[in-house]
Parts: sequence; C-alpha cells; structure tokens
Amino acid sequence: MSELEKPMPEISVADAVRDRVHQTANISTSGIKVKATKLSVYYSDKQAVNEVTIDIPERCVTALIGPSGCGKSTFLRCLNRMNDMIDGARIEGEILLDGEDIYSSKTDVVQLRKRVGMVFQKSVPFPKTIFENVVYGPRVAGVRNRNRLMEIAESCLTRAALWDEVHDRLDDSALQLSGGQQQRLCIARALATNPDVLLMDEPASALDPASTARIEDLIFELKERYTIVIVTHNMQQAARVSDKTAFFFQGELIEAGPTTDVFTKPKQKRTEDYITGRFG
Amino acid sequence: MAAGVGKSLKERVFHAMCLVATYGCVVILLALVASIFWEASGWLDWQFLTSRPSHDPEKAGVLVPLIGSLWIIGITTLVAVPMGIGAAVYLEEYLSDSLWKSIVQINISNLAGVPSIVYGLLGLVLFVRLMHFGRSILAASLTLALVILPIIIIATQEALRAVPPSIRHASFALGATRWQTVRHQVLPAAMPGIMTGVILSMARALGEAAPLIIVGGVGTMSYTPTSVYHKFMALPTAIYNWSSRPQAEFANVAAAGIVVLLVFLVILNAAAVTIRYRFGKRTQW
Repeated sequence: MSELEKPMPEISVADAVRDRVHQTANISTSGIKVKATKLSVYYSDKQAVNEVTIDIPERCVTALIGPSGCGKSTFLRCLNRMNDMIDGARIEGEILLDGEDIYSSKTDVVQLRKRVGMVFQKSVPFPKTIFENVVYGPRVAGVRNRNRLMEIAESCLTRAALWDEVHDRLDDSALQLSGGQQQRLCIARALATNPDVLLMDEPASALDPASTARIEDLIFELKERYTIVIVTHNMQQAARVSDKTAFFFQGELIEAGPTTDVFTKPKQKRTEDYITGRFG
Repeated sequence: MAAGVGKSLKERVFHAMCLVATYGCVVILLALVASIFWEASGWLDWQFLTSRPSHDPEKAGVLVPLIGSLWIIGITTLVAVPMGIGAAVYLEEYLSDSLWKSIVQINISNLAGVPSIVYGLLGLVLFVRLMHFGRSILAASLTLALVILPIIIIATQEALRAVPPSIRHASFALGATRWQTVRHQVLPAAMPGIMTGVILSMARALGEAAPLIIVGGVGTMSYTPTSVYHKFMALPTAIYNWSSRPQAEFANVAAAGIVVLLVFLVILNAAAVTIRYRFGKRTQW
C-alpha cells in the first residue's frame, strides 16, 4: 500500500548489535544526567509505573523498550513533567536532573521543559510556517530580534539535517512537508530551546524505512551534544542507536544496562524472551 | 413475489414521503419569501431606507430602526464576544474535569435553551430598573448579550475542542506557558470556528424581537440615536409595530422592513459560510 507497510529489512537483532559502528560512547565513563529513584506513576487508581530506579548517562542514547502498555512512555513523560497535563496522574519517588529534584515545589516547569525537549510519536507541526515552527520555543521565551531568530532557525535546522531541504522555503507552511521532514522539523523545534536532554517517544514509528534511517543517523549525531532518551518498539532500532537499553514490563524496569550486554547476554529470562520475539 | 412487490411499494412510498417533506419545506419557504417580496415591491426604495417613521405609510421609513439595530448589534457583540470567548477558554483550557465543571456546563447548555422573552424580563428588572439604564440601547444590548452569550460559549467550546490536544502538548513541551499556548496555538487554530459561531449568534441577536419589546417597547421615535443611553427602535420591533397598524398600507411597509432584515441576515450567514469554507480548507491536521 504505502511506504509504511513495507517490512523492515530482515536483520536479526544480534546482527544489528554486531554491525554497530559507533561504539564510541562508554556509558560507564559518562556522568549521570538524570537519576530516577523509586519512581511510581498512577493514573487515577491504575499504577502505570512501579518503583523504577534508573540512571540516564550524559551524552548517550538510552533506549526504553518493552511491549505496549509497559509504562515506558509514561516514564519518559515524567522526565519533562508532561504527565502534569493528565487529570488524575500522580507521581511518587524522585527524579534528579543534574542533581536537582524536578518535582520539587521550587522547580519552574516551563524552565524544565526548555531544558528537557521532547519529540512526539506523531509529528505535530504547528499550522504555521517552517520558520515559525522552529523559533516557537525562543519566541515564547521572549527572543524578538529577527536576526537572532534567523540564526537559531538555521543552526537548529542544520543540526536536524533539514536545512538543505527547506532553506529556500522557510515561509511555506510546515504542513506541506513530508512525514519524515515534519518529524525532523519537530526535532529542530525541540533543539531551538537549547535543551540538555532530548526525549523521543517512538520518533520514527510512523515513518518509512528511508526516513527512519535518516532519523537514526540524526540521533547518532545529536548525542555528541545532547543526552537522548528514546522509546521504541523496534528492537533493531534500539540495538542500532542506543548505548544503554532499559527493558520495561508491566510497569516495572526488568533490566537496564549497556545495549550490547542487554541484547547479547540478557540477565533476565523475560528480557531474553522479549528481544528474541517470543512475546510482545 | 408478493413480498417483493410489497417491499418495493413500501420503498417507493417512503421515498415519495421524503421527497414531499423536502420539497414541501422548500416550497413553503419560497412562497413565504415571494409573498413578502410581492407585498414589499414598490415600497422598498431609497425613500424607505432614508426616511424616519411617519403616520403616513407613503412617507414612513426604516432609517431609525435600521440605525437602532446597528447600534444594538454592535454593543451586543462588543459585550458578548469577549465574555463568551473568555468563558469558553476558561472552561476548556483551564478548568479540569470535575463535578463543578459539569454543573457549570449543564447550566450553560440550559441557558442556551431559555426562551428569549425570559431574558427580556431579566433585562427589564436588572438593566432598565435596578441599574437605571432606562429603556436605552445599552439596556437592550446587554439583554441581547445575555441571550447570545451561551450560544457563543458553546460554539467557542466546540471550536476549541476541535484543536487536537497534541498541538497543546507540543507547545507545552517547548516551554510555552498555558497563556502562550492558548494565545499562539489554540485560539488561532480555533478562530474560524469561533467566528462562525459569533456571526451566527449576531444573526440571532439581530432577529430577536421579544426581549427588545419588553426592554424598549414598540413606540416610534423620530430621531436617530447617537448615544447608548438614547431610546431606540430596532428592525424586528418596527416590523411588529407596522404590522399591528390598522391601515392596510402598513402591511406593505412591514414587508419592506422584513426584506431589509432578511438582507442583513443573509449577509451575516454568507459571511459565516465563507469563513468556515475558506479557513476550514487551509488547516488540516
């Protein structure tokens, strides 16, 4: 039917891990950017995340994997307090960003969200021009100077690998871009607030294989500067792009560790069953 | 065989009934409009549009009620639109789901169904008497604002709900405050829907006679109002006045007044349709 329906090329997860050419980041030597301790999330009465404790290494890609409804997206949304938006959501435990509790009463949520950017599963460009989409973050933060905004737009679009494709039509509607371009625009938009951490909730799940590959290359480049946490359903993708992998199941963190370890010698039976495709 | 015939007969009867119902409506409407235009023909001229009320049907004109209606519709819009949009934004964007919100919501829905004459009585007590605005344009406008407020609130709420939550989340995730999100994303995206609701409610206010009769009466006046504290005549009340006069010629004057009112209503409705069509095409999610 469409590009989306084509299956990903058949590569085993083990191959994907072995073929990694970017085993540069060593998560044991990286500092800890985000530290979650005994984090639990409840939606009304239902517990979605149960006492999760995990360290997110700085300037690395951390992949959160697990079957649908396992709490990985919920956990991700705790990191920039997007769960605050949901009526009846309640959070227990602690999340430290650079050692500071983001759920403390002193935390300015607006400031937090500038430091912790987010890219959603479905790209949601604002119904505005490409330029206005990219500079939205700086604009609401009070940047008015047109030249300054233009610089931000150029550097962020360049970093999101979109500048070459859109530099001559910045004033066109963002809704005219292809799905893959829209998602890269959303990444550029998230970069424009100059965050330290970038959260990605299945950023490539609605894209065709070529666009997915571009996003993955981009994630690899972005980790030079940013700490990235990515939720993905795609085992190969987790194996290809991440340095650390965390496996969630029924709201609990089953196993977390260096991606190569988790994929080649998982400690837990449930992790092994999931990544070898026995369930999920 | 027999069953087959029976079915096709039922089918045809039902088809015919639907057809009659549809064209029946159209024919009745056309007949009504045609008879009004027939009665108004020869009476609707420049003299009619520029003359003040008169006891002589040949000299009577629509100028004073026309200006009165424009005043009233202007002030009504000025009062009801900011309040209505503000209330809707608060209900949709700020107030979280609770029993209290349901109570407020049910009350607004019920207010939209309250007969306008009840608002007229409220306006008479509250604005004319208690607040001493008298039988003025101001009192009439505030009363009509109450009539259309629930309509504007409900239409605006619908328009705000049509903006996908993902847009709000994307805005919040970029460090925008709630006000910035409403101001830069939600309101612009909802504006075509809001404008359509506002214009249709203006049309409703323009055509209302009952509350104006209670607040302002149906007397005639010979000067055009220049202040909100002046008395007024409005198109619907003037039509009511003319149609209750004993002289047969005033029926024609009333018909001419109806045509003027209809022209305004058609213009407003056409504007609503145009806005919905043009902006509806542009924004796709």
